[in-house]
Amino acid sequence: MQSVRPYLAAFRTRFQLMLQYRAAALAGFATQCWWGAIRIMVFAAFYGVHAAAAPISLADAITYIWLGQALLALLPWLADPEIGQAVRTGGVGYDRLRPLDAYGFWYARTLGWMLARAVPRAVLMLLAAGIVLPLVGLGAWAWRPPSGMAAALLFLPAFVLMTALAAAVLMLANIVVAASLNERGVNAVLTPLVIVFSGSLLPLDFFPDALRPFLHVQPFAGLVDIPFRIYFADLGGGAALQGLALQAGWTVVLVGLGRLAMERMMRRLEMQGG
Amino acid sequence: MNALALYGRYVVISLRAQAQYPAATLLLTVGHCAATAIEILGVFALFDRFGPIGGWSFGEAALFYALVNIMFSIADLLTRGFEVFGADFVRTGAFDRVLLRPRAAALQLAGHEVRLSRLGRLLQALAVLILASRLVPIDWDAAAVATAVWAVAGGVALFVGILVLQATLAFWTVESLEVVNVLTYGGVQAAQYPLNIYPAWFRRLLTFGLPLACVAYYPVLAILKRPDPLGAPDWLLPLAPLAGFAFLALSFLAWRAGIARYASTGS
Repeated sequence: MQSVRPYLAAFRTRFQLMLQYRAAALAGFATQCWWGAIRIMVFAAFYGVHAAAAPISLADAITYIWLGQALLALLPWLADPEIGQAVRTGGVGYDRLRPLDAYGFWYARTLGWMLARAVPRAVLMLLAAGIVLPLVGLGAWAWRPPSGMAAALLFLPAFVLMTALAAAVLMLANIVVAASLNERGVNAVLTPLVIVFSGSLLPLDFFPDALRPFLHVQPFAGLVDIPFRIYFADLGGGAALQGLALQAGWTVVLVGLGRLAMERMMRRLEMQGG
Repeated sequence: MNALALYGRYVVISLRAQAQYPAATLLLTVGHCAATAIEILGVFALFDRFGPIGGWSFGEAALFYALVNIMFSIADLLTRGFEVFGADFVRTGAFDRVLLRPRAAALQLAGHEVRLSRLGRLLQALAVLILASRLVPIDWDAAAVATAVWAVAGGVALFVGILVLQATLAFWTVESLEVVNVLTYGGVQAAQYPLNIYPAWFRRLLTFGLPLACVAYYPVLAILKRPDPLGAPDWLLPLAPLAGFAFLALSFLAWRAGIARYASTGS
C-alpha cells in the first residue's frame, strides 16, 4: 500500500494557501450573514401564517439556515478552478509524472481547497449567529447547539461524510472540466442542481410531498439535508444511521465513477500550452 | 458622433465578439437562466406548503419576483464596466486611458462588455411574468403597462446606482468590493417577496435606505389596483419609482467626487 504522506502534503499546502485569502473570507461572511437574515425573515413570516404546515420547527429551520450559510463553501457547486487552469496551461503534465494515484492526488487538493474556504467562514458565522446573537438578546434567531449528545455524536460522521461526498461530486466536475478545458459550462449545470437538490435552497421536506421519496434518496441529499437534520435530531436513531449509510453509499459510488472517468479522460488527454 | 451612437457602437462590438462563439454564448445564457430560475422554485415551494401570506398568493408574489429580476437583469447588462471597475480599471491603471478619451468615463464603462448571457435572467423573469399573469387576474390596461414600464425604469436606475456606488468605492479601496453583492443580489432576493411580510426595521431600510420597495412593492400594488396594507396613500404608489432615479443621481454625485480625487496607481 502506498504511503498517505504525499496526499496529506497536497491537502495541507492547498489548505494553507487558501487560508491566506482573508479579505475574501470576510466578504463571504458578510454576504452570508445578510443572506441568512433575509432567509430567516422570510421563513419567520411563513411560519407566522401557518406553522402547522411546516415539517420542522422554526428554531430548527433557523439553525438549518445558519448551518447552511456557515458551510456554504463546502457545497460542490463550482469546479476547482486550479484544475481547469492546470489543463489549459499544460501544468497537468507534471501531475501525470508524479508516482501517485492521480485521482487521490486531485481529491486531496480539492478537499484542501474546499475546507480552507469553509473553515474561517464557519468559525465567524458560529461566533456571530451562535454566540453574539443570543448575547444581544436575539436568542430566538440564533444558531443553536446540536439537539443532545446523540445528535452531536452522529453529526461528526455526518459532517465527515458530507465533506467526502462533496469532494467526490467536485471530482466528477473537475474531470469534465479537464476533458472540456473550460469550467464555465460545468458550473452552469452543477450550480443549480446542487443548490436545489442538496437542500441548500430549502430543506428538502419543504418541497411538495409527492417528491419526497425521490428527494431523500438522491446523492445530493447527503450534502446538506441529511447532515443538518441529524444535527437537530430530526433524523435520529435508525433514520440517522440510514442517512449516514446513504451518504457513505453515494460517496463510494461517486468516487468509483470518478476513478473510471478519470482513467478514460487521462488516456485521451492532450497536452496544452508549451 | 453623439453619445448614443457611440454607445451603440460599443454594444455592436461586444455582440460581434460574442457571436464568434455562438455555442458558448448560447450555453452560458441557458446556464444563467437555469441558475437564476431556481429561486422561483423556492418561492413556489414555500407558498405551496404554507398557503397565502400577508394577503398575497403565489401568483401575486411571482409578479414581484418577475419585475425585480427584469430590473436587475437589464441593469446587470448595462454595468459590467462598473462591476469590474476596481479590479480591471483602477488597479491596472487602465482608467487613465479612459480619462484621456474626450468622452464621459461613465459612458465608456457602460459600454464595456455587454454580456448576452445576462439575458438568461431576463428570459426566466419574463416567463415568470407570463405565469403570474395567468395565475392572477391582472388587468393589463394602459395604466398598468405604463406603471410596470415606469417601475422597471426606476428599478434599473436603482440597481445601476448601486453598481456605480460599488465602482466609486474602488477609488478608495483600489479593488472591487464584492460585499456590494449584498445590495444587488441580496436586494433581488429581498425584493422578490412582498414588503409587508418583513419586520418594520427591514421595511424601513428597503423604503428609505435602499429604496427597493419604491420600485417593486408600491408599483405592483398600483398594477394590481390594491390599496397598501401598510397604509401608504394610493396617489403615492405610481410615483414611488422616482426614488430609483434619485438614488442614481446621488450615486453619480459620489462618482464625480471619486473621479475628482482619483490618483493613478501608476502602472
